[in-house]
Amino acid sequence: MTPISPADRSNLSEQEILETLTRILRDLLLDDSIVLTMATRRDDVRDWDSLAYISFMVGVETEFGVKFGVAEIESFENVGAIVRRTKALLASH
Amino acid sequence: MIDWLPTHNDFRGAVRRVLDASPDEDRIDQLANLANHRLGFLEVIQLDRALSRVDGVHASGFAAPVRLGILSSATVDQLVPAIRVAALRRRLLIDVHVGPYGQYRQQVLDSASKLRDFRPQLLLFALTARDVVATIPIAATLAEVDASVARFIGELRVLWRRAREELKAVVIQQTFLNCTDPLFGSYDRLVAGAPSSIVTRLNAQLADAAREEGVLLLDVARAAERDGLDAWFDVTRWLQGKLEIAPPAAPMYGELLARIISAQRGLSKKCLVLDLDNTLWGGVIGDDGLEGIALGEGSAAGEAYLALQRYAKQLHQRGVILAVCSKNEPAVAEGVFRDHPEMLLKRSDIAAFVANWTDKAANLQRIAEQLNLGLDSLVFVDDNPAERARIRQSLPSVAVPELPNDPALWVSCLANAGYFEAVAFTDEDRARNEQYAANASRESLRELSESVDDFLAGLEMVVSHGPFRPVDLVRITQLINKTNQFNPTTRRYSAPEVTEFTTSDKFLTLQFRLADRFGDNGLVSAMILRSDEDDPSVLEIDSWVMSCRVFGRQLEDEAMNIAVEACRDRGVRLLRAQYLPTPKNSVVCNLYSTLGFTPCGSPSSGGSRWYLNLSDYVTRDTHIARRSE
Repeated sequence: MTPISPADRSNLSEQEILETLTRILRDLLLDDSIVLTMATRRDDVRDWDSLAYISFMVGVETEFGVKFGVAEIESFENVGAIVRRTKALLASH
Repeated sequence: MIDWLPTHNDFRGAVRRVLDASPDEDRIDQLANLANHRLGFLEVIQLDRALSRVDGVHASGFAAPVRLGILSSATVDQLVPAIRVAALRRRLLIDVHVGPYGQYRQQVLDSASKLRDFRPQLLLFALTARDVVATIPIAATLAEVDASVARFIGELRVLWRRAREELKAVVIQQTFLNCTDPLFGSYDRLVAGAPSSIVTRLNAQLADAAREEGVLLLDVARAAERDGLDAWFDVTRWLQGKLEIAPPAAPMYGELLARIISAQRGLSKKCLVLDLDNTLWGGVIGDDGLEGIALGEGSAAGEAYLALQRYAKQLHQRGVILAVCSKNEPAVAEGVFRDHPEMLLKRSDIAAFVANWTDKAANLQRIAEQLNLGLDSLVFVDDNPAERARIRQSLPSVAVPELPNDPALWVSCLANAGYFEAVAFTDEDRARNEQYAANASRESLRELSESVDDFLAGLEMVVSHGPFRPVDLVRITQLINKTNQFNPTTRRYSAPEVTEFTTSDKFLTLQFRLADRFGDNGLVSAMILRSDEDDPSVLEIDSWVMSCRVFGRQLEDEAMNIAVEACRDRGVRLLRAQYLPTPKNSVVCNLYSTLGFTPCGSPSSGGSRWYLNLSDYVTRDTHIARRSE
C-alpha cells in the first residue's frame, strides 16, 4: 500500500476517498466483491464486525494521515459520514 | 517495524494470485514466501485471511499446527492474525485459542474450561498492569507497594504452575506495558505509589518469578521502550475496544511471540555467516590493502564496521557460531584477521572460513556441510543487495537481512530481526566457543593419526552417564528440540513433558556427557525409553538425540552398551526402536542395523521398525571409558 502523498491529500474528492475506503475494506476482508457507497452501513457488509471496524478505522487513519476522535468513531452512521469527515480533516491540514 | 525483510512491490496482486492458483500447487508455501516480506498490519490481516482459505491439510513440509492458548485481561483478537503470519514466516502453523476477556484465572483453574478442552501446548498470559495499579494508593510506601505486587505475582505463579502441571503447557508471560501517564513528573521514580513506579516494580518482580519458575517472557515492555510507547499503545483503541496493543504494532507483536515459539521448538538460527569487504570493514582489501580499509577508532565509518564486529563477537560469546563467506583471495582475507590491529574478530572465532571466487550460494552450502548444520540454521549478512537477492532466490531457507545502506544501522537491523532468539542460556552455550576450538585441535590430531582407531584412542574419551537429573532438564529439552540429524524419531518435548519422563516409572531416561583430553563437550546425548503398556519387560526407544559435535566418536556404541545394561537391570528382555525419516536425519537411517537390531517391517508411513533381544546383544568395542553419575 502506497500512502497518498500529503500534498495531494487536501485536493481529494469524496469519490476518490470513497474508492480508497473501498480498497481498504476489500483488503481487510479479502473480498473484491465489496462495493461501498456513501449510504453503506456496517450491517450491509458481511464480516464487517466490530474488530474489523477498528482495523478499518486504523487503516483509514494510516492511509490519509488523519486521526478520528473517539466520539466521532462511535457516531459515524454510514460510510458517507466517514468520507465527509476524512475530507474535512484533510482540508484543515 | 519489520524492516529487516525486503518490501514486496505487488503484495495485493500476489495474495490474490495465490488464492486463484490451483489447489494442487503448494499454496501455503507461496503464502509463507509472501510472509517473508515487510508487511504492515493491513497486509498481515489479508495474508491471514488468505491462509484461512487455503487447505492446510496437504501442506507438505509443514508439521502439525502448534496449539497456542492466550489468556488476557485486555482485547487481543487484533493480534491473532499477526501471530499466525509471523509463525508462517517460520513455516510453522498455529491454532490459536483466545480465552474469554478477563477470565484468565477461571480458565486455568476450572477443570471444565474451554481452554482445557483445547489442550494448549503453549499458554500465553497477556495481562495489563491496570488492575494492579488501580488497587494501590498513591500514598503507599515502598514496602506496601512491594507487598501488593508480590501478592499479585504470587497469584500468577499459582496459575503458571497449574498450567504447567495440569495442562502440560509451556508458559509464556507478557511483560507489563507501561501505559501510565506521568503524575509527579521526573519525581515519579522516587514515589513508590506513582503509577509508573508500580509498573516498573511489577516487571521487576515478574522477571524474578519467571526465572525461578522456568516461565518464558514476551517482552513487549522492552519493545515499546525501543519503538516509543505511541507505537504500541493508542488510547483511542483502548477506549474503543480495550485493545492495549495498537493494531499497527501487531506485526511486531506476532514476530516477538513467533520467535519464542520457534526458539522453543529449536528453529532459531545457529550460525551467522559474514561477508568481508564493505561488511566487516569499509573498502576492498584486495584493492585498498591493509592500510586502505576503514576499520576501527578514528573514523565514524570505521567505528560502524567495528560495531558490527563487536556484535558478532557478543553473539559468538552466547553460543552463536560464526562463519565467513567472501569473494576474496583466501590468504589476503585471512591476513586481515591476523595483521590488522583493529580487528576485533579473530580467525579463531570463525568456525568455517570460505574465501574464493565461486558463487556464494555454493559456498553457503559448503559452510552448512562443514559445520554439520542445515541451511535453515544460517543467517547471511552481506552489504551487496545483488548478492542478498541472489541468495534469497536460490537458497530461500537461508535468512538474509535487508541491510540499510548506512553501516551505522546494521547492528540494530540484525538485532531487531531476532534470528537468534533463545529460550535458555546453558553451560553448553557458554562453552560452545571452546568446544569448537577444541574440535579444531581434534581435527589436527585426526590428521596426525595413522588410523581412525589411533585417533579415537588418542582422544582419551570418557563418558559420564545416568538418568536425567533436574539440573540437566534445560539442556536436555534444548537438545531434544534442536537436534535434527542424530534423531531417529524427531519427537519434540517441552520442559514439563521431559520432567514427567523423569518422575514416571513407565520411562527410563539416560543422559550422556563426553569429555576427552581436549575438553568437556558437555551433555551431548539423551535417550528416552518407554515401557510397553502391557509388557513391562519390553522397552521402546521413544527418542534418542545426539549433538552433531560428537559424531564419529563411537558414542552411539557406548551409549547403547550403557542402555542395554540399564535395561537388563530393570529386567527388560526386549528393546524396540523406530526410524522415522525426515529431510535431515538420514545420518541415522542405518543406526539400528549397525547396533545389531533386527528389522521387523516398515510401517506404511515410511521408515523402519527394529527389535533387539537383549540376550543376543554383543557389547560393542569402543575407545570410551566410563564414569557413572
